[in-house]
Amino acid sequence: MIPAPFSFVRADSTDEALDALVEYGEEAKLIAGGHSLLPLMKLRLATPSVLVDVNDIDGLADSWVDGDEIVVGGLARHCEIAGSSTILEHIPLLSAAASTVGDPQVRHRGTLAGSLAHGDPASDLPAAVLALGATIVARSERGSRTIAATDFFLGFLETALGPDEMITEVRFPSSAGAGWAFEKFNRRAQDWAIVGVAAVGGTRPGVALVNMAPTPLRATSVEAALLGGASSADAAQLADADTDPSSDRNASAGFRRHLARVLVRRALEDVAARAPSSD
Amino acid sequence: MAAPHAQSELALRVTVNGSDIEAVVAARTLLVHFVRDVVGLTGTNVGCDTSSCGACTLLLDGTSVKSCTVLAAQADGREVTTIEGLATDGILHPMQAAFQAHHGLQCGYCTPGMVMAAVSLASEHADLDAAGVRVGIEGNLCRCTGYQNIVAAIVAGAKATRERSNAVGEGATS
Repeated sequence: MIPAPFSFVRADSTDEALDALVEYGEEAKLIAGGHSLLPLMKLRLATPSVLVDVNDIDGLADSWVDGDEIVVGGLARHCEIAGSSTILEHIPLLSAAASTVGDPQVRHRGTLAGSLAHGDPASDLPAAVLALGATIVARSERGSRTIAATDFFLGFLETALGPDEMITEVRFPSSAGAGWAFEKFNRRAQDWAIVGVAAVGGTRPGVALVNMAPTPLRATSVEAALLGGASSADAAQLADADTDPSSDRNASAGFRRHLARVLVRRALEDVAARAPSSD
Repeated sequence: MAAPHAQSELALRVTVNGSDIEAVVAARTLLVHFVRDVVGLTGTNVGCDTSSCGACTLLLDGTSVKSCTVLAAQADGREVTTIEGLATDGILHPMQAAFQAHHGLQCGYCTPGMVMAAVSLASEHADLDAAGVRVGIEGNLCRCTGYQNIVAAIVAGAKATRERSNAVGEGATS
């Protein structure tokens, strides 16, 4: 299979990429690692007439500490996120999630911005970004704006990103020292999660679910229960509240609900085990 | 600023196994088809064509990628190494030699991708044990399921590769 015909242009700067998005309009798509977009194009589920390649833009893969936030460049690849000492120190949950995406070859190519912009509820990184309370920075020729992760995922493969916008960076509050866990249930190595859970502790506990609805979503009932002092086991019983899991060849909706409760309990136990002792 | 011009046909210059290859290809050409059909190196196999099986694994700027899910255009100006580029002067790369010594193959279809994934894996991990190899080759499927010898070959090949590079390093400093 090869994609339907398209035209290709390599952008050497963010400004060039944004210019191209304006020039070619809604028929243009940004491509970085391409591991979400090219499979869709091979299946003719996406048929952009222009691809704007952003792989060569300098500085867009960097990660750094900015005050009390950690900034991760949109072009940071999964393998870089998994191995970055800055990210491991301040947002280890993101590293853990990135290290489970696909397989090594996929992690060599796939990028943070690409995974978020694709908006697949079965992807690992969107749940981590939700649990961590991150903010997505989107640039266009109209300017720059920030979008809270909780406002970003609108529907199946649908996000708040406009056709002329590009994710340049994602900003995370530091969760250094807080417990964290990423639980992923699948039947075979390299598969997407049948259900996954991203969780982080601290003063603002965050729990988010993979593949439990048409979008990645936060388990807000679990978070509220934890803030109210509920035990991990009790909070986990609320894991499938307000979810809308699908039934497919991998699992029924009912089994997914069961998995969510079990995996959230395990995740919360890991969060507690990794948290610094209170004495 | 004027936007750069998008083209449906692209003049590419890709360094493949040390040789500069120049060709004009359709923008939608996949890297695996470029390597096989344009350059004529058919050691890189097409397997699933969905970035699952790893048969098409080659090195792009030294790291393993699945070339069925990379555009040839994305290799423009970069270095590609295929299975044909591993041996030097007729002497097998240590990873190839280890696959031979440990019989790390049955039908052989997954072997080029398996070896290229292993070369990349070994370059990224200083001490590879069997458990690390099993995790590290999760992106490469052997339909014969002959993983035992593949894992043994990669453990030995990684060690031999490291010893060779250490020897080269010592030679350079002495």
